[in-house]
Order: sequence, then structure tokens, then C-alpha cells
Amino acid sequence: MTVAAPCGRNLVAASASVEAVAGPDGTTRLPVLASQVPLVLRRTPDAVYLVGGAAGPLGGDSLSLSIAVGAGARLRVRTAAASIALPGLDGLESVLRLSVSVAEGGRLEYLPEPVVVARAARHATLVSVTLAAGASLLLRDEVLLGRHGEAGGSARTELRVTYAGRPLLRHSLAVCGTDPASLGPAVLAGHRAAGTLLAVNESAAGRGGEPGAPTAGAAAAPVGAPVAAARAMPEVAVLPLAGPGVLVTALAHDAVSLRRRLALP
Amino acid sequence: MSVAALLLGDSRFPAGGHAHSGGVEPAVTAGTVRDLETLEAFLRGRLRTAGLVAAGIAACACERAASVSGGPFWDDLDAEADARTPSPAQREASRRQGRALLRAARVAWPEATGLLAIAAAVRARPGEAGPGSGRVTSDAARGEYRGGPHHAIVLGAAAAAAGAGPGAAARIAAYQAVAGPVSAAVRLLALDPMRATGVLARLTREIDEVAERGAAFAGGPPGDLPCASAPALDLLAEAHIRAEVRLFES
Repeated sequence: MTVAAPCGRNLVAASASVEAVAGPDGTTRLPVLASQVPLVLRRTPDAVYLVGGAAGPLGGDSLSLSIAVGAGARLRVRTAAASIALPGLDGLESVLRLSVSVAEGGRLEYLPEPVVVARAARHATLVSVTLAAGASLLLRDEVLLGRHGEAGGSARTELRVTYAGRPLLRHSLAVCGTDPASLGPAVLAGHRAAGTLLAVNESAAGRGGEPGAPTAGAAAAPVGAPVAAARAMPEVAVLPLAGPGVLVTALAHDAVSLRRRLALP
Repeated sequence: MSVAALLLGDSRFPAGGHAHSGGVEPAVTAGTVRDLETLEAFLRGRLRTAGLVAAGIAACACERAASVSGGPFWDDLDAEADARTPSPAQREASRRQGRALLRAARVAWPEATGLLAIAAAVRARPGEAGPGSGRVTSDAARGEYRGGPHHAIVLGAAAAAAGAGPGAAARIAAYQAVAGPVSAAVRLLALDPMRATGVLARLTREIDEVAERGAAFAGGPPGDLPCASAPALDLLAEAHIRAEVRLFES
């Protein structure tokens, strides 16, 4: 769907949704798989893929994706390729809103390719997740400021997750490739790629081990020897949350290193 | 701002803030904060992330301190602060500072209902039955300290006790988010204290702006409070807590 912008350009507003439910034989069915260009969903044996039906997102685009996973159902969502956020003529921000709910015993893996925010572009990814007690989640977010050799635009990521009615994670990141404070030692520390991997109830999803135990061990021994790591800027940490989840957070100079760092122990 | 609020914002208020560098010590160790210029970039990043979050929480706590008596609000706000602090090292630093501030503030303002309610909520937390008890156990298993309230929450309630409003509470929180790191940097890098204070003076307008943004959340639901994160601060805090030699606790 397109709507007329104040300046005359047609802005894209599109929404897509997928709903997964568990069948009586333990398999997962998708009673709802609704696409709207440019948010096109394709079902494959491995995952539901979000394939870009158009270039962009472009500044001013407003995209919403809604994912519901029912009790005992399992769903994996991926994107076919990195998305490159490009500036519109009017300087507006492009926004992707992701709204997720997972019922008890359900599991969602949302593992998109990174968002690359081109020079002068402004893009926001706003994620809201409601997890029932006993739901499990694996959710990745990767943002790169700029294509190769380019100072990036502005990226805003917001991640709001509740578990069993309690706040589990409220996490936003706002950075800009031409802003010294963003690139400075408190935020990106000179890196152009930042990402997180959130795992909730990973043990309940069959990774094994006691809840909390594997992550506690991993937190005590992060990548690299503790003393050596302290001498250089640390680039990855495994953070056990106060609630039933683990956040892996990483910085990198390129997408490949970032992906390598965003791994569960 | 009242003299009572100045007393709370003063680094001589005996709340143990001098033991925390706000991430400056590990940044100096990592070589990313080296001089006044890199310190200033660090402070700007810290102010608009950790500083904004602390300002919002402090303003919210201050707004409700006089009117809310029961534990549920303080437990909800505690959970919101936890959700905004994914790094266990930073949660622990916040709770240790909160505990020290609560002790000092309760001596200074013994009648303050907000401070009493926070102390009661903390006492009721370990070993409690019902929702959250499993959380306490798993935290105990990994050895995380949960014996204190989050610092920004106590700061807000203490500001209310000092007769200050949410705007002043947010200002103290935002100011402390950068003032503590400056004095730590002076000690760690042997910076000229006058020039270091000059950096802080250049930031005052930004501190006011961040405080105003934070104070705007005072009356809203705690779930809507700002949650700006700083990846490097999280990484540095985790590296610091495992370092063999530390001058500062965080």
C-alpha cells in the first residue's frame, strides 16, 4: 500500500503477518502467512523467509511484521539478504516494527541478516516481544553503519521484551556514523557494526543443562583469557539477564566478525 | 534547587560514589580513554545512554516516592531497572551503590516514607515466595549481588526526601553520571583537574537537556522509561569485574 507523503512522494506502508500453531501430530502449521509488498514471506522447509519485494527500506517507509507462535509451535524466520536502508528525499526515517508473541511451550527463532544503514539514511527497528511463561526465543539484531568505506547514517534499534508479564529486557541503541559520541569510547568504541543475540529459555528448547547453569559458566569465562582481554577493547560479552535469558552483545568492524561473535556459548 | 538537594548531589555525601569510575577505569585500561578529548567523547556517550536512563528512573522514583507506599510499585520499578541493565556487573554496581546511598539517606532523612518503603521492599525480596522467587535462586546460583536497590531508584526517593521534585532528581542523576567518571579519570590519567572540570563545564547544557528528557517520564508508566544502551560500557563493565587489578569497583 502506498500513501501520499506531504512532499508528494509515495511512502510505502506495508504489513505482513505469520502465525504458527502446533498440530495434533507435533508438527507446526502456518494458518496465517500474509504478505504485502515489500514484505514478502516465503515458506521453505528450513524457515519462513522474509524476501525483499522492493529495494530499501527507503526513508519514510513504514513496515510492520507481526509474528504469533502458539503453544508448542516452533517457527524460524530469516531474511534472504541483508537489507540496506537508504535515505529518502525528505529526510524521513524508515521504520520496521516487529511485534512478536510466543505462547507457552512455543519457540521462535528470528534470525535476520543485518541492516546496513547507508550514508544519510535514518532507519529504526522497533521490536516488541511478549513471551508467555515457558516460551522460548532466539532473536538476533545486527546493524552496520555504512556500506564498505562509507560513513553510515543513523540507526535506532529498540528491543522491548516481557516474559510472563514481567519486563525481561528494555534495550535501545541509537547511533550515527558521523557522530563522535556514537563512535566514541562509551558506545561503539570505533566500531561500525553492533549486534545482539537474545536467548530466552534456551535450555527449555533442548540445548540441555540446568536453567542458568551453562550461561553462568560461560559468563565466568568469556572469549579470550580474562587478563589479556582487559588490555584491549573487549568486543563481545555474554550477559546473563536478571530474568530467564541471556544477551550476547558484540561490536565489530565488519559483518562477518560480528556474526562470529554473536554466538551462544 | 534546594540546599538539601545540593547536599544529595554533592560528592561528599557519604554514599560511596568515589569507589566507582562508571567504566572509565576499564576504558583507560583498554586504551580508548587516553586524554581530555577521548574523555569528553566518553562522557557524551555515557550521558545520553546511562545518564538518560538514570535520570528517567530517578525522576519516576521521585515523583512517586511521596504518594506510593506499598511494595508493588518499587518491585515493578526494580524490575524495569533490571531490564535496562543487561550486564550483571552493572546491575551489581548499581545495587551496591544503591545500598550505600540508602543507608546514608535514611540517616539524613529518617522520616522519608519513600526510603522506608524501598528498604522494606528490599528486605522482602530474598527468599520471597511467588513470582520472582525462581529468579532470586538462579541469581544466587551465579553469585549476583541482589541485596540492595538500584541506585537511581534510591536517588529519586532521596531527592523527594530532600524536598526536591523530579526535575531536580533527574538533574542530579544526569550530573552524577558524568561527574564521577571525570574525577576517576583525573586520578587514573593524572589529568589536570582544572582542565578536566572544564570538560564538565562544557557538558552542562547537555546534562540539563538529558535531565529534562528524563524528567519528562516522571509521571508515566515505568515500562515506558528510556532504555538507551551503550554497548561499549556493557563490554567494559564485564571485562572490569574480571580484571586482576582494579582501583575502582566499577
